[in-house]
Amino acid sequence: MKCREVVELMTDYLEGALAARDRERFEQHISGCDGCRAYLAQLRATLRAMKSFEDVPIPHRVQEELVQAFRDWRATGC
Amino acid sequence: MVDASGSELEALKRGDEAAFVDAIRRYHGPMLRLAMAYVRDHHVAEDVVQEAWLTAIRSLDRFEGHSSLKTWIFGIVINIARARRRKESRWLTFSALLRRDDPDRREPTVDPSRFTRGGDWRAIPHQWENVPEATLLGKEAMQKVQAAIEKLPPKHRDVIVLRDVAELDAGPVSELLGISAENQRVRLHRARAAVRRALEDYLG
Repeated sequence: MKCREVVELMTDYLEGALAARDRERFEQHISGCDGCRAYLAQLRATLRAMKSFEDVPIPHRVQEELVQAFRDWRATGC
Repeated sequence: MVDASGSELEALKRGDEAAFVDAIRRYHGPMLRLAMAYVRDHHVAEDVVQEAWLTAIRSLDRFEGHSSLKTWIFGIVINIARARRRKESRWLTFSALLRRDDPDRREPTVDPSRFTRGGDWRAIPHQWENVPEATLLGKEAMQKVQAAIEKLPPKHRDVIVLRDVAELDAGPVSELLGISAENQRVRLHRARAAVRRALEDYLG
């Protein structure tokens, strides 16, 4: 496997979608390749960044309106 | 946490207000980020989230719970946000309109010039392990990530937002978008590579 090919398999690898044999070859390559290891680490950091968007509290007014709509639905069934 | 969403949905259908308040609070952030991937304006995104809940409330009786509450409500957000985006198509730049990407086309996701003719790295990518977490997850970096996601072709954006931002599993996302597992991986791969490139432009 060449680095150029390995980088294109990284999502399949992270998703656990590589066949056992490909996975073995992939991991073998990664363990001996600083470049691909760094690239994989960058992808993982990218995933971490996307998961860490700040949490946003629901505005009070919106919560009130939604709760009211929920009560109306409960009361009238529509 | 076993089958938490199932019982969550049951509680909502029963009219349990505390469960409803808990749900709208807990999902507000992810739903907003999901909407923001389609509509840039924060207020419009807030509207989308609110409309999604109102739609959900109206459909609660009919919803049979084939998917979890989270998957269901995120699907509603996507439908509403897509419609809003079309309405506000002034955001679509001319080049975006002219671009006829086939999102699933298999082109390299890493600039070919970074490899030798033999396919090895010319220069090793930088070690982001040395980048302080405060920089990687800092405001500026997050803006780059958000902008990169917004620039993706819609088919890529859907997948990456659902999987990596809203953190849904692969199965529900395939179902929501009506695509195969393999197709989802292809799109996810291209989308992640694009966001990584944007971060690399920023972090080096």
